[in-house]
Amino acid sequence: MTSLYLQSNNCIMEIRRDVFQAIADPTRRAILSLVAVQSMTPGAIAENFESSRQTISKHIQILSECELLSQTQNGREIYYHLNPQKMKEIDNFIEPFRKMWDDRFNKLESIMKNYKK
Amino acid sequence: MERKTKIIAEEGKQDLVITREFDLPLELLFKAYEDPEIVSQWMGTKVLKLENKKHGSWAFETSDPNGNVVFKASGVIHDFVPNEKIVRTFEMENILFAPQLEFLEFEKLTEDTSKLTMQIIYKSIEHRLTQLKLPFAQGLNMAHNRLEEIVKKLK
Repeated sequence: MTSLYLQSNNCIMEIRRDVFQAIADPTRRAILSLVAVQSMTPGAIAENFESSRQTISKHIQILSECELLSQTQNGREIYYHLNPQKMKEIDNFIEPFRKMWDDRFNKLESIMKNYKK
Repeated sequence: MERKTKIIAEEGKQDLVITREFDLPLELLFKAYEDPEIVSQWMGTKVLKLENKKHGSWAFETSDPNGNVVFKASGVIHDFVPNEKIVRTFEMENILFAPQLEFLEFEKLTEDTSKLTMQIIYKSIEHRLTQLKLPFAQGLNMAHNRLEEIVKKLK
């Protein structure tokens, strides 16, 4: 039971770390902000960068693997768009840490209010 | 007005900044960090030592209801200026994390409100990520334990 749990836990951590690595790169963050506005073909995305199309397509691939980008096929063209659900997960990842401090500070505040005259 | 705690963790950096505005005058906010009795109340830990002075040191310890020590942390105080700032190190004992450096700044906003800015510097980007992950992992752990208990009851 315990080993099973550890395994699934590590797996979740693994995915999360990949997502963090994915957004750690400035080019990939720029790609995300481009497709956040509208879905785009790989060619249209690449036009915004000086890097080679090959480099950009590698970045797109990493973002897709982390499920930050999803794609739809429109005829012969592939359009990439942002997966907002996944972006939300990244936010949520820090949330327990923030919550821990928020709880502590709420407690501090309510204790100290008793000292107020 | 809602006074939320904010965490700023910029990509590629090894520090993070925690900010919080309090519905408390500056002096009371600072007192919550200065008085060992009060610290132990809101941190939920026993304060073994808290020397509020340059080159002083501090130590906290938390035990479970059976008296087993579950958390032990300590560090040194580098600077202590009442109602202004505290610079200190923080290190968890019996665990392989490097110590972290903390800069706490206390600010008066109005007569009745104040702000705390806490900058924490970690040894590496990885170390910061581990620390951010801890409560997330603990949350998973707790959820799992609860689930196990429920399953046990069903048996």
